[in-house]
Amino acid sequence: MMLAMVERDGDGALTAESAEVLATARGLAEQCGVPVGAVAVGDAGDLPDDLAKRGIATLHLLQHELLADGEPASVGEALAGLVTALRPAAVLAADGGRCTDAMAWAAAALDAPLATACTEIRPGDEWEVTRERSGGILLEDAVLAAPVRFCTLRPGGPSPSETAAAAEVTVHVVVPELGTSVPRARLVERTRRSSGMTLASAPVVVAGGRGVGSAEGYGVLEELAGLVGGVVGCSRVATNNGWRPHADQVGLTGTRISPDLYVACGISGATQHWVGCMNARAILAVNTDPEAPMVSRATWAVIGDVHAVLPAVVAEIRRRSEGG
Amino acid sequence: MDVLVCVKRVPAVGAEILLTADGTAVDTRHLGFTIGPHEECAVEEAVRIAERTGGAAGVLTVGAPETEEQLRYAMSMGADHAVRVDAPGADGDPQATAAAITGALRDLPPYDLVLFGAASADAGHAQVGVRVACALRRPVVGGVKGIELDDGCVRLRREVGDGVEVHEAPLPAVVTVLEGLNLPRYPTIKGRLRAKKAPIRVLPAAPAAGDLRLRRLRHRPEARAATIVLGRGADAAPAVVDVLTDLGMVRR
Ligand SMILES: Cc1cc2nc3c(=O)[nH]c(=O)nc-3n(C[C@H](O)[C@H](O)[C@H](O)COP(=O)(O)OP(=O)(O)OC[C@H]3O[C@@H](n4cnc5c(N)ncnc54)[C@H](O)[C@@H]3O)c2cc1C
Ligand SMILES: Nc1ncnc2c1ncn2[C@@H]1O[C@H](COP(=O)(O)O)[C@@H](O)[C@H]1O
Repeated sequence: MMLAMVERDGDGALTAESAEVLATARGLAEQCGVPVGAVAVGDAGDLPDDLAKRGIATLHLLQHELLADGEPASVGEALAGLVTALRPAAVLAADGGRCTDAMAWAAAALDAPLATACTEIRPGDEWEVTRERSGGILLEDAVLAAPVRFCTLRPGGPSPSETAAAAEVTVHVVVPELGTSVPRARLVERTRRSSGMTLASAPVVVAGGRGVGSAEGYGVLEELAGLVGGVVGCSRVATNNGWRPHADQVGLTGTRISPDLYVACGISGATQHWVGCMNARAILAVNTDPEAPMVSRATWAVIGDVHAVLPAVVAEIRRRSEGG
Repeated sequence: MDVLVCVKRVPAVGAEILLTADGTAVDTRHLGFTIGPHEECAVEEAVRIAERTGGAAGVLTVGAPETEEQLRYAMSMGADHAVRVDAPGADGDPQATAAAITGALRDLPPYDLVLFGAASADAGHAQVGVRVACALRRPVVGGVKGIELDDGCVRLRREVGDGVEVHEAPLPAVVTVLEGLNLPRYPTIKGRLRAKKAPIRVLPAAPAAGDLRLRRLRHRPEARAATIVLGRGADAAPAVVDVLTDLGMVRR
């Protein structure tokens, strides 16, 4: 069988990433002629109905007081126990954060390899995966040489194909044995951040790099971002110089974004920055150097000084809105 | 409090990445090397914790002799001592790396806190820290952006989709960190001189192999149309605003 680890959001609905994991698991299961089982932590809620619609007939629910915090040691140990019992050909989960941590713990507990950030899985005598490296600028083909293949999946895989609904979903409640004497981390506090537009969700990001020159230099970027309904981003040079908070950083070790428009001002386009903005639908580069990699990869470019170009753009937007 | 940071030597690639002829590695002949930003923050944090608590900050890497360059960099930032786990032919398999680190940690004097990057800058397997925690049966919290010391435990802040979580872990613990944890310092001249002469302890690696076998690296296919240059300097403003208007981002 294929095991698909799924997560639910605060409202109990399957996350979009988990829906993709289920679709990939189903595709692999069809290729291999085996069934798919979903794994989740906690109560059933609406999950069985949702799984039925997606053609998945088995759900393993891991239930234990220690699992509520989502600590990777506890979830990983529970998952490892389930894998030992069920011997699936593969265990799939969404890539990133807690899910990857729990998968890493489970794989480590079973001394099995784990391929993270997979974009493709090819079963066969030998299972091969394609995974992202260096934030996705490179792809790596690798063999997972183990009887159980642990993989986490990057979002954006092939969209789920139509499938016949499952007539019934069998729910297996599994209460794992988790050692209570083992020292564990505990979740002690959870606060919601004020909602609002974030770097990750903004339709337009106006980002500045070394070329902006100073913290004050971002004033005109803020102004433009405000006029076009976007937020300000930055490169790592800006973060390291203390011009902007790290929360604004776009790139490999910052945030990866996919806005409708990315305005890159005084940013050269190093690979580690590029992987953060390469999924933008369109890019406008403003740079004094016509040879800068960001310029040659952009949809549109303006060759010039940020502090000459942006004030003129802001003035032009104001002029037209007043005139119109 | 004694803190250890695990760091990895990675090529500092520019705007293009060249691959070796056999396609199994990045061509590093014309590249410098560095440690990843997450790890730089981990070193900074370890140095601060050691300073505050009167403890020591150590750095450890698994690799060939040239990786000592990165250990010395960490020492120039203020780390007190360094360990290289000698693994000349190491191919970076995360299982093997974790086994080498775990073996070394069993031989070294105990640390209260072991810090990792949440992911290495080149391979990004995002698992070595958790694997080490599992092998040592230590509590682990991943993707941390804030560390506070409390009596016998650490309070760890991590950001999730729509909020912030605080976790508490008893010591000794393993933590994987993200850039943004702090603003790492630039090494001072004095720091660099001290690091140049500091001894580095070398330990043998426990023999281990991993089962994620790299076949080849490839470039991601890129489909981008040729850039349209809208103009030069302030004169380009009307053309830029036309584009923004077409995109529906400013009102007509
Ligand atoms: C492991 C690793 C991870 C990294 N992660 C990230 C990351 O997440 N995000 C990130 O951004 N970087 C990251 N970096 C750093 C990255 O390699 C680059 O150093 C960084 O992106 C460069 O920032 P920049 O483009 O602002 O500066 P530079 O590369 O110095 O480029 C400045 C650009 O501004 C132009 N310019 C100068 N003056 C002006 C002006 N007045 N008007 C207009 N244009 C002007 C120049 O022509 C140049 O193109 C990482 C590096 C490593 C090694
Ligand atoms: N060769 C190595 N030597 C020491 N630490 C390493 C090594 N490789 C990875 N690490 C540590 O493990 C973290 C995660 O690496 P990875 O699992 O490859 O993403 C890195 O940020 C480092 O802290």
